[in-house]
Amino acid sequence: MEERNLIEEIKVNIIQGRINSEDEGFEDGLEGRPATVELIGEAMKENVDVKDLVISGLTAGMDTVGRNFESGKYLIPDMLASAEAVGAAMDILGPHLEKAGVESKGRFVIATVKGDLHDIGKNIVSIMLKGAGFDVVDLGTDVRAEKIIEAAEQHRPQFLGLSALLTTTMREMESVISMLAERGLRQDMKVLIGGAPTSRDFAAKIGADAHCADAFQAIEFTNSVCVG
Amino acid sequence: MVETFREGLVVRPYSRLSEEEIGRLDRASLSILEDIGIICFNDEATGILAANGCRTERLDERSHKIRLPASVVRDALASAPSAVKLGARDPGNALILDAEVPRIYFGSGSETNVWLDTDMEVFVSERDPGRKKRLPVFTEERGNVERLGTAARLAEELEHLDFFIRPVNIQDEDITEENHDVNKFYISLRNTTKHVQAGLTSLGQLDNVVRLAEIVAGGREAFKENPVISFITCTVKSPLQMVDDATQKLIEFARRGIPFVVSSSPQGGSTAPIQEAGMVAQINAEILAGITLTQLVNPGTPVIYGSVPVRARMDNLHDFYGAPEFNQYNIDCIQMARYYRIPCYSTAGVGDSKVPGMQATIEKFFTHIPIAMSGAQYIHYAFGLLDRTNTFCPVQAVLDNEHIGMIKRFLASPRLSIADVDESLAQIDKVMASHQKLYARFVRKSLRSGRIYSHYPFEGRNGDDEVIDMAVERMDRLLLRPARSLPVETETRVFEEVPGLLSRLRT
Repeated sequence: MEERNLIEEIKVNIIQGRINSEDEGFEDGLEGRPATVELIGEAMKENVDVKDLVISGLTAGMDTVGRNFESGKYLIPDMLASAEAVGAAMDILGPHLEKAGVESKGRFVIATVKGDLHDIGKNIVSIMLKGAGFDVVDLGTDVRAEKIIEAAEQHRPQFLGLSALLTTTMREMESVISMLAERGLRQDMKVLIGGAPTSRDFAAKIGADAHCADAFQAIEFTNSVCVG
Repeated sequence: MVETFREGLVVRPYSRLSEEEIGRLDRASLSILEDIGIICFNDEATGILAANGCRTERLDERSHKIRLPASVVRDALASAPSAVKLGARDPGNALILDAEVPRIYFGSGSETNVWLDTDMEVFVSERDPGRKKRLPVFTEERGNVERLGTAARLAEELEHLDFFIRPVNIQDEDITEENHDVNKFYISLRNTTKHVQAGLTSLGQLDNVVRLAEIVAGGREAFKENPVISFITCTVKSPLQMVDDATQKLIEFARRGIPFVVSSSPQGGSTAPIQEAGMVAQINAEILAGITLTQLVNPGTPVIYGSVPVRARMDNLHDFYGAPEFNQYNIDCIQMARYYRIPCYSTAGVGDSKVPGMQATIEKFFTHIPIAMSGAQYIHYAFGLLDRTNTFCPVQAVLDNEHIGMIKRFLASPRLSIADVDESLAQIDKVMASHQKLYARFVRKSLRSGRIYSHYPFEGRNGDDEVIDMAVERMDRLLLRPARSLPVETETRVFEEVPGLLSRLRT
């Protein structure tokens, strides 16, 4: 396939939210056809310019989805599927990005705190951030404060996201933030919290930098920090 | 030729009555007709019934007591068709009412005198003049020809409205008893390509109305094939009295073989027993008497079992549409019609509320859902009625359209084929193998195909209640769409051949 057509095809598959050829997309007749992962593989074989691929394929596709979401034409499932497809592409492109001059928007460590097994919100934030160009390290659910601190020390992220759905577990967030301070890591990263029982007041009380009601607020905050 | 008709919605009917209870009510109704009898104020009907084995007894100079043997009623019921076609200007909008198939259609109804206009105005808080709010202001207007035309235009655009019964009375100064019917049917037919149904004000206008319908349908034979209009006649004044004028209309409709509704609307607690057994036995007897007469006049006449049982409010004896008993009576009648294999004209969506809003929505849903679930083929009164049946509000009709759409989705057949189950299992397998374990991506095709409900379209943009404001916007947009008027040559013929049409209505 011609390089330009290949990039255009990748963009189309990002819009369709298709990760691999098994995915159906939202239009009929796509199942079985090469999708993001296969097309990125082909692009790598053909030595397609990685920067062009990211800008004209992945970012352009995601921009289209974002505009359609803003106008109400697309809904959350479209954003998530496309962000997932971008995330899958970035996983493959990861090792080549730096060499190609494509910088990550930043590293984001995310976890649901100890005692809490809920992860839908955390996963959605994770998918969306990855789709937006962040390097996301997802620690999973029921993560002890010590383990979060270890990950912070290891990955040195610009952002730490903490999630809790229960009033009984949200207090754990405060322990994580205190421990970050004790280890001298607090000033190196912005801490975002989220989850149904949390609030802006609670974030201020425990010393978090931001309270995000949903994934969009998380992206808005991280983008504002990156730009700012 | 493959017959086209509106899809409607085929439901799995909810049954309130057992077979034994249906049998009990059937016997009770037949006993009313045979032992207690009905009073008939129409001499021609009395003669027809007497000539066919009914016992008659003169009560006074105007009326007879008539006792109908069960065998006469049963034979008549056997000759009534179980399926009735109601045609439409657009043949794709025709309706097939089949007693054997619980395919439901929703339409408008009543003939209210009041048209309720809705305007949005900005109000300022007395306590805090900085706080402003847009709120609806309602104005009562008299129904007239122009407003009936607007109602029909709106009906054309409401996708869940399957048939049009004039919801507003025309009270213009130049409308008289002699020209009321032709103008009412003309303005309706001009503005909607869906089926048009109404009562007839004056029997003297029947032939003019039929001529109008024949021209619109494309000729006499075309009208027989595609009856673009039909009638409603409430022959019985409850309890159990066949009135002269409406009974004569029934006879004339039957003679012409035009489809029509034989309806009765007793009020539990005043003109019928308030108890379920008595109410349903009586209204059923009243409708059966009317249907029997239609079949004696012209066997095979396409008739619809028109049940509009209501309950009285005990504080003012007005009709009480929001009462639970209303649903009980109506569901029972739907089952009785199904038992007799005659399509059912039923009632839902009337509220006691005088304006659109929370009370109206609750009351309307409270009858729309169970009556739809029960599988009545033809559900009238379903759009825009307020203050019982006294007011028609077009904005309310827009809201009702959306709510009926939700009910249709809820009652849609389950998608549980083997392929559907296999597809779901594959989806679950895929998601369980993924890191994020989210099903969101698999929603998209269903969402785009329209199978999945998106969201309530009148949801406030900032968390405020903006339902009516948004419904007004929707209505205005719908009415801006180009009208599907009658072809020029049809309109020319109509005005040349049908007497009584107001020349000011000619486009």
